[in-house]
Amino acid sequence: MAYVAPAEVEQIPPAEVEDVELYHAKSWVTKYVFSQDAKVIAIQYSATAIAIGLVGLVLSWLMRLQLGFPELFDFIEPSDYYQFITVHGMIMVIYLLTALFLGGFGNYLIPLMVGARDMVFPYVNMVSYWVYLGAVILLIVSFFVPGGATGAGWTLYPPQAILSGTPGSEGGIILMLVSLALFIIGFTMGGLNYVVTVLQARTRGMTLMRLPLTIWGIFTATVLALLAFPALLVGAVMMTFDKLLGTSFFMPALVEMGVYLDYGGGSPLLFQHLFWFFGHPEVYIVALPAFGIVSDLISVHARRHIFGYRMMVWAIVGIGALSFVVWAHHMYVSGMNPWFGFFFATTTLIIAVPTALKVYNWTLTLWKGNIRFTLPMLFALAFIVTFVNGGITGLFLGNVVVDVPLSDTMFVVAHFHMVMGVAPLLVVFGGIYHWFPLITGRMLHEGMGQFHFWVTFIGAYTIFLPLHYLGFLGVPRRYFEMGETNFIPESAQDLNAFVTVVALTVGVAQIVFFINLFWSLKNGKLAGHNPWKACSLEWRTAHVPPRHGNFDDLPVVYRWAYDYGVPGADEDFIPQDVPPDRVSTGKGEV
Amino acid sequence: MGIFQQLTEKPWLTVEGKEPAEQRAFSLESPHVGLRVFLAVATVLFTLFLVVYVERMTFPDWRPLSEPWVLWLNTLVLVISSAGFHWAWVNADRGDLDGIKTGLLAGGMASFAFLAGQLWAWRLLVDLGYYDMANPAIGFFYLLTGLHGLHLLGGLVAWFRTSAKVKAEVGLAQLRLSVGLCAVYWHFLLVVWLVLFGLLLLT
Ligand code: HEM
Ligand SMILES: [Cu+2]
Repeated sequence: MAYVAPAEVEQIPPAEVEDVELYHAKSWVTKYVFSQDAKVIAIQYSATAIAIGLVGLVLSWLMRLQLGFPELFDFIEPSDYYQFITVHGMIMVIYLLTALFLGGFGNYLIPLMVGARDMVFPYVNMVSYWVYLGAVILLIVSFFVPGGATGAGWTLYPPQAILSGTPGSEGGIILMLVSLALFIIGFTMGGLNYVVTVLQARTRGMTLMRLPLTIWGIFTATVLALLAFPALLVGAVMMTFDKLLGTSFFMPALVEMGVYLDYGGGSPLLFQHLFWFFGHPEVYIVALPAFGIVSDLISVHARRHIFGYRMMVWAIVGIGALSFVVWAHHMYVSGMNPWFGFFFATTTLIIAVPTALKVYNWTLTLWKGNIRFTLPMLFALAFIVTFVNGGITGLFLGNVVVDVPLSDTMFVVAHFHMVMGVAPLLVVFGGIYHWFPLITGRMLHEGMGQFHFWVTFIGAYTIFLPLHYLGFLGVPRRYFEMGETNFIPESAQDLNAFVTVVALTVGVAQIVFFINLFWSLKNGKLAGHNPWKACSLEWRTAHVPPRHGNFDDLPVVYRWAYDYGVPGADEDFIPQDVPPDRVSTGKGEV
Repeated sequence: MGIFQQLTEKPWLTVEGKEPAEQRAFSLESPHVGLRVFLAVATVLFTLFLVVYVERMTFPDWRPLSEPWVLWLNTLVLVISSAGFHWAWVNADRGDLDGIKTGLLAGGMASFAFLAGQLWAWRLLVDLGYYDMANPAIGFFYLLTGLHGLHLLGGLVAWFRTSAKVKAEVGLAQLRLSVGLCAVYWHFLLVVWLVLFGLLLLT
């Protein structure tokens, strides 16, 4: 670790930063409700996302009840089950994780970490949240319209999504599509802010290569989202046309209950391409912020500079770019030219290279680090293990010959829950344990946190590992019940019941986390400035929690965000805004 | 420092000794950067529609559509509107308030005329009996023109707010920014329209 000894640098005057004009709220409503402060918007985004995430969680319980004890719950009809699946998947992927990582973490951390007072377009940022809220409300409303929410599966494939055999094919599917369109519009507004703030509003000295990896992850994910969501929008708009105006963009000629429908000539495959052109990057929209955050958590809590920073940045960017050329690996069973399949299998496997690189770098960061098993560290480690697990089953599924028999089985469900359900959620938790002291000024309770971690980590494996095995047995995905299926042994049912019991237990145990949040808000240990001794700027504000405008004087950046374990310095870290002549050594401040 | 150079920097070696430099990726004002990013997103959106259009054409039930003549007129009107905004922009740079007003007025009015013309085109199509949505060419026609029109409507909101700024006599610097944003957006919509129109004519 090259470190410029203070003596070699001449005394320099602190650089001045040109300040920006800042919007000031005048009333309570504009300060806390229709707020333009990114930190408030971040809390609003996070609270909404977590609330709707809890709905998604409850839906998963209902599904698990049905799967574990098929005959027992009369109130779950097959059509209900499909609606639960669909809305659960949609909520978790889009309304929870995308909104939480980008709208929540992004809004809170971007201005603080790049050393800005706020996002560049605060008004647009505010509107972004309210449009998102509208999208969430529409999604909920769709449960209560005649026919209920759509049961088309989160992939919404036509033709079945808009045909009468599918639950919610009247109002539900329309509301779903409109809600998605709203989400995309709202996200685009926020996304413009995240991107332009990173590009234009960095403080003096904050070069691109001095950005914390969290920012790189969120930034790249936002770019992906801005480019990928339009594909979903195109699909949603055209399907709405098919449904409401009777166009046949996606609808082939059909006979329904012996009656010829007016549709004809359209191509359902076209929709699948659009959907997955969005759908695969979506995986990385969730994963890249997680990658970034984990890099920072590991570095801070192992007191060690991140290994191969530049490689990490390029890996993030490379993964982002590659994620646009793999989408058809979701369509191996939809029928395609074998060369196509070959192409997409190859690109899919190639993505493993930069991804593995990141895993090596995390490991090497830990190597000889001064590891502290704090809660954020535990969650970060759990993420790495889980992501590797899910990634490996992804390699299975990326190969056409392996995918075809496993497609639409519980193996797929297990794979994607590991890689984009459990893994990112672990990072969300780790991030919350890490930044809660900044946001509230108090630490979360350690004991409750430990309990929460171990139950969640072990619980997640107990739930999802058996699903891999069930998948091998051939238990299909999206089935209300297995019925008389000769090739599946009866013991599969016992395993299903076991998984359900665990899922309910682990789900209920999350209450401890929420109790911790609320309890610590009032009673947590005071955090003070920079409790984790981190280098990045969000911990360098004059006040904790940071006030409107973030900093008193805008900080000036002299170094990267990873000067941990610096030899010669008094403390084992040097924050980004400490000039070389101010680094305190054994001889006191120079 | 160029972006590429920045991305190859070795941050662990470079502790800043001298006064750290200001950091902006682009010298453009941030709203202009924001607009460019938005236009990139809109370009992706329209491109995807076009890709789907061309793909859908390859299916056997595709029956081409003869476009109503009024689209030619509309194209002309949109060119005028775009030119109007450009005129306003040029005058904003010169600091000529009257020129700004003329340009904004011409641009805005021509935009409304364009939208009216598009509605008229829809009307003509219906009169010709082209409302059978089962024909994908017809569906696409309404979809694409509608989408383009929506974008223009959104632009007119910005136009309205800019005009309000002229009325409120805000500073010239602020005006130049707003007018410049409008002009760029209108040029973009003109290009999109030319591409769409070309594609519609050819198929
Ligand atoms: C909290 C624990 C969770 C449990 C117990 C759970 C359980 C389930 C179950 C039982 C299914 C339906 C399987 C089937 O019959 O095909 C399912 C589907 C799904 N879940 Fe989860 N899930 C959880 C969390 C998550 C998270 C965090 C995500 C975020 C990525 C997620 C994304 C999905 C998706 C995309 C589907 C597929 C929906 C579809 O087939 O249309 N789940 N989940
Ligand atoms: Cu994929």
